[in-house]
Amino acid sequence: MRAQASHRRLLGLLRKEWLQVLRDPSSIAIAFVLPVGLLLLFGYGVSLDARNLRIGLVIEQPSAEASDLVSGFRQSVYFEPRFFDSRQAARSALAQHAIDGFIVLPADFARRLQAADEVPAQAIVNGVDANSARLLSAYVQGVWSTWLQRELATRSSGPSEPVAAETRIWFNPELRSRNYLVPGLLVVNMTLVGALLTALVMAREWERGTLEALLVTPVTLREILLGKLLPYFALGMGGMALSVLMALTLFQVPLRGSFWVLVACSMLFLLAALGMGLLISIVTRNQFVAGMIALVTTFLPAFLLSGFLFDINSMPVVVQAITHLIAARYFVAILQTLFLAGDVWSLILPNAAALAIMAILFLGLSRRLLRKRLE
Amino acid sequence: MNQIIALVVKEFIALFKDKRARFVVIVPPLIQLLVFGYAASFDLNRVTYAVFDRDGGPAARALLAHFEGSPTFELRYRIRRQDEIAALIDAGEVLLVLQIDPDFDGDLLGRHGEAPAKLQVIIDGRNSNTAQVAQEYVNRVVADFNRHWIAAQGLGRSPPELAVRAWYNPNLESRWFFVSGLVGLLTLVVAMMVTAMSVAREREQGTFDQLLVTPLHPAQILIGKAMPGLLIGVFEASLVVLAAVVWFGVPLVGSLAVLYTGMLLFLLAAVGAGLMISSLALTMQQALLGTFLFMVPAAILSGFSTPIANMPEPVQWLTLANPLRYYLIIVRGVFLEGAGFSVLLHQMWPLALIALLSLSAATWLFRHRMD
Repeated sequence: MRAQASHRRLLGLLRKEWLQVLRDPSSIAIAFVLPVGLLLLFGYGVSLDARNLRIGLVIEQPSAEASDLVSGFRQSVYFEPRFFDSRQAARSALAQHAIDGFIVLPADFARRLQAADEVPAQAIVNGVDANSARLLSAYVQGVWSTWLQRELATRSSGPSEPVAAETRIWFNPELRSRNYLVPGLLVVNMTLVGALLTALVMAREWERGTLEALLVTPVTLREILLGKLLPYFALGMGGMALSVLMALTLFQVPLRGSFWVLVACSMLFLLAALGMGLLISIVTRNQFVAGMIALVTTFLPAFLLSGFLFDINSMPVVVQAITHLIAARYFVAILQTLFLAGDVWSLILPNAAALAIMAILFLGLSRRLLRKRLE
Repeated sequence: MNQIIALVVKEFIALFKDKRARFVVIVPPLIQLLVFGYAASFDLNRVTYAVFDRDGGPAARALLAHFEGSPTFELRYRIRRQDEIAALIDAGEVLLVLQIDPDFDGDLLGRHGEAPAKLQVIIDGRNSNTAQVAQEYVNRVVADFNRHWIAAQGLGRSPPELAVRAWYNPNLESRWFFVSGLVGLLTLVVAMMVTAMSVAREREQGTFDQLLVTPLHPAQILIGKAMPGLLIGVFEASLVVLAAVVWFGVPLVGSLAVLYTGMLLFLLAAVGAGLMISSLALTMQQALLGTFLFMVPAAILSGFSTPIANMPEPVQWLTLANPLRYYLIIVRGVFLEGAGFSVLLHQMWPLALIALLSLSAATWLFRHRMD
C-alpha cells in the first residue's frame, strides 16, 4: 500500500515537473536548441588547423635559389605568400596584422648558402598567439628543409641529416583538429545543459516559496529530488543523443568504441552534471547567485580545465589537482577515447568510476543539505 | 543628475544587498584568472614517452640520451615487446613511443651520404594539437642531435639553417597570449552578468512598474542600470590587468590610455548587450539563458583560444559582430605589441559602433516594453 502510494505521489510530482517544463519553453530550449546550436557554431568555429597563413616574402635580390624557395611557398597549402620590397614594408605589415610573419632573403643569399657558419636567411613571426606562431614556424621550416633537400641533391654536396624522425600519429593520422574538438565540445555542451537545467530550478522554487508549499504535502524529500531529476535527465539524454548524431553525420567524427558504452558513460556524466546543478541551487537559494556559480563552476572549467583543449599533464600540480574535481575532465577522456581509439577499458573504467562517485556525491549532498535547510 | 546618482546608488544597493552576490561578483573572476592563467596553455611541459630500443648500440643510446637530457621529455617505460606500444598509448600512459630499429647503428655509422637513419615516433593523436606540438619537440631534439653528431664525427658542416625569430613574444609563451585574453573574457562575464540581471530582477519582483511611475525619464533609468556594470567592469578589469602584470609577469608594453579607451568602449558594448537581453527577458531565468546564449559564442568565436583565421568564411563574418573579438586584439596589442591608437583604430570604431547600436536598441526595447 505504502509503496503504491509513494509510486503515485512520484508520478504526480513527475507530471507536475513535466508540465512546468512544457510551460516554460526555456527548459526545452536549453536541452535541445542550445546543444545543437552550440555544436554547429563551435564545430565549424573552433579549429586549430591553420590554412592560408599570410606570409610575407622579402627578396632583396632575385636568384635561382630564391625563386626555387618561393615556389615552395606558393605550392604549399598552408601559405598565401605576399611580396614586399623592403624589410621596412614587411615590418609595418606585421604590426598592422596584415601578415602573420615574413621571411627575408638577403641580397647575398646565394653566397651565404655556400659559406660556413653563416645564417643565410631569417624568418620573423608574430609571436602573440604562441601556438599559431609555433605552427607557422614549423610549416616554414618544413618548406625550407624540403627545398634544402632538393638543393643539396642537385648539387650533391654537403651532408644530409644523419637521423630523421619518422612520425606516425595514431587515431587521427591526418591531424584533423575537429576529430578531437567535437567530442570535447559535446562535453562542454552537456555540462552547460546539465547544470543550467537544474541550477535555476530549485533556486526558483525557494525564491517563490513554492518549495515550502510542496513540503506540507505528504511527498518525501527523495520524491521531490527524483521528481526534479528525472524529467531533466530525460531532456538531457535527448540533447546528448542529438549531439552525438550530429558529431557522427555532420562532422564525420568516427565512433570506434561501442555505442552502449557511450550511452552508459553519458548517463553517468549527466547524473553528475544534474547533481551539481541541484547542489548549487540548494546551497544558494537565489537565482542570480545560482546562475553566477553555475557559470563559474561549469562552463569555463569544462572549457579550460577538462583537457578538451589544453593538455592537463602540462599544468602545474595544483591546477592538475583541481581538474580532478571537474566531472568534464573524466568525460572528455572517455569521449576522446571512445570516438577515436575504441573501447580501451584500462582508461574508460577508472574515469567512469570517477563519474559515478561524483554523481553519488552530488546527489547525496543535495539530499542531505535539502533536509538540513528544512529543519 | 542627482536623480541618476540616486538611481545608481539604488542599483548598487540592490546588487550588493546580498552578501553572497557581492562575493560572487568580485572573487570568482580573480580565482578564475589564477586557475586559468596556469591552465590555459598549449605549451607542453611534460611529454611522457616510452622507449623501444631494438638496436641497443652506442649511437642509438647517444640519441636517446638527448631525449633523456631534455627537461620536457619524461621517460616512463623501456619496452621489450612490440605489443606493449599499443597498450601504453591506448591507456594514455605515455604520449609517444620512440622506436629504434635493429639496423640503426649500422645505418648511422656505415653511411656514406645515403638516406638518413630512421627514428620511429608513434604519437597519441587523440588530441591532435598536443600531438603536433610533441612532434615538433621531437624534431627539435633530433635536429640538436644531428648537429652534435656532425660536429663529433667531423662530417663537415651542418646544412644551412633558417633562423626563425618570434616578435613580441620571443619564447612563444602561450601563457602571455591566454592571460591577456582573460582580461577580456572575465571583464565580459562580470559586466554581462551584472547588467543582464538588473531589469529582469525588477520585473520578476514587480518593482519595475514602481520605477516606471517615478518622474524619471527612460533614458535616465537606462543610465542608472548601465552604470553598475560599467563601474564594476572597470574595477574588475583593472584588478585582472594588475594581476596579469604583477603575478604572471606578462609584459605591458603599450600605454594604459589606449588600453582604457578600448576597455571603456568594450564595456559600453557589453553593457548594451546585457541591457538588451535584460529588457527582453521576463524572468531572471530567461535573462540568464540569454546571457549564456550570448556569452558562450562570444567567448569561442573571439579568437580567445583558437584563431579566427581558421574558421570558415561565414563564421568569420559572424565574428565581426562580436565585441570581444576587437577587444582581445586591443588588449593583446597593447600588452604585447605596444600598439598605439593609430594601429588599433580599426578595432576601436567597430566597438564604438556596436556600443551605439546595442545601447540604442536597449533604450528602444525599454520604451517599447513599457507602452
